[in-house]
Amino acid sequence: MLSKTQIAQRIAKEIKNGQYINLGIGIPTLVANHIPDHLQVVLQSENGLLGIGPFPKSDNTDPDLVNAGKETITMVKGSSLFDSAEAFAMIRGGHIDIAILGALEVSENGDISNWKISSGLIKGVGGALDLVASEAKLFVAMHHCHKDGSSKLLKDCKLPITGVKCVHKIFTDLGVFSILPEGGFKLLERAPGVMLDEIRSKTEGKLVIKGEIPEMESFDLG
Amino acid sequence: MIDKRVANASEATSDIADGAVLLLGGFGLCGIPEASIQALIHRHLKNLTCISNNAGVDDFGIGLLLKKRMIRKLIASYVGENEEFEKQYTAGELELELIPQGTLAERIRAGGAGIPAFFTPAGIGSDVAKGKEIREFDGRLYLLERWIKADFALIKAWKGDTAGNLIYRGTARNFNPLMAAAGKITIAEVEELVPAGELDPNHIHTPGIYVQRIFQGEIYEKRIENVTVSA
Repeated sequence: MLSKTQIAQRIAKEIKNGQYINLGIGIPTLVANHIPDHLQVVLQSENGLLGIGPFPKSDNTDPDLVNAGKETITMVKGSSLFDSAEAFAMIRGGHIDIAILGALEVSENGDISNWKISSGLIKGVGGALDLVASEAKLFVAMHHCHKDGSSKLLKDCKLPITGVKCVHKIFTDLGVFSILPEGGFKLLERAPGVMLDEIRSKTEGKLVIKGEIPEMESFDLG
Repeated sequence: MIDKRVANASEATSDIADGAVLLLGGFGLCGIPEASIQALIHRHLKNLTCISNNAGVDDFGIGLLLKKRMIRKLIASYVGENEEFEKQYTAGELELELIPQGTLAERIRAGGAGIPAFFTPAGIGSDVAKGKEIREFDGRLYLLERWIKADFALIKAWKGDTAGNLIYRGTARNFNPLMAAAGKITIAEVEELVPAGELDPNHIHTPGIYVQRIFQGEIYEKRIENVTVSA
């Protein structure tokens, strides 16, 4: 089973040179720490920044510089700043290559639910509805199961839907999955040490396993 | 040049009355109109409609207006981090409309730009689309969203001049320039107010035409919601 950091590390391997990427809150934010230095990529923050840099040193925080999670950040060289309408024009207009989001549920046909819900109340969705409706390739980073052990990979989403048929790949603590055009979670890789039976028992939606499923290439477990 | 200066936040906001519809700039606590909010909480206003990306935290930003029970309706994209909101909402004392963030931004932009409605893909298949017109363009579905305008826009910039021209700093820009154009009366507060002519016209983000009143705030707390640092 992968830790949150390891899920982020695995996703980082999908990123290619020259891409513009939007990272959601939670595990997706961690992806930034694992993008290989030799790649030229730009991270967008939907509150108005292209070029998110590392978190600042403690003596260098700036209240006027935060990410979508309202965390203090820095800017890399070559950054640009803009307003929220411009930020979402980039998203809807198909200029962002990859969006990496957390989720509460994903269905076997690629629907996603990722409203922020706490104590039973829906508290909003932020920019996720716009991101999932964009042409960006949508990667989901999440735990395979809820805390009570129930699966997050479902036949149909039970919670209100954020977007339909939009998820491209799912990265969980158990493995990597793609959504088949005809529906179904196609298992692409297993996390180190995770057996197929465990994935089968924890995936409620249709799971497609074809041929030998490789274990994830080992990577630095930093 | 037209002089838009007023003395302070209380003068700028004195004609905001019960039932007013307000746009409030900011993302989380970043770039919020601190001084105008402070001026409002000292008055006994009721039934305000507040449109802002977030609802502040319990003891800062729009959270202060919530605590004083001045708000009847909130229109936002995300309202976590606020117990007071939850209490009033659960008790049925507060109305909430949740809007996708990009749709919120574009609706406000449309309001300021005289575009009554537009089609967007955000929300198709979700509850957001309920009751809205859906149309297909080039093989994809889009839903019709209306503009947003307000009686007052309360916005915050970094620097401004007496003509109402504004410059923002960092990600504190966010919704502020959009709201400037969508308010019937736009009240801009700035950290530094300079005479017209001192700001380079090449660097202006919000042209003064959108701003009716401008003042320099006395103190800015600029609270950070999540201080996150690297080792």
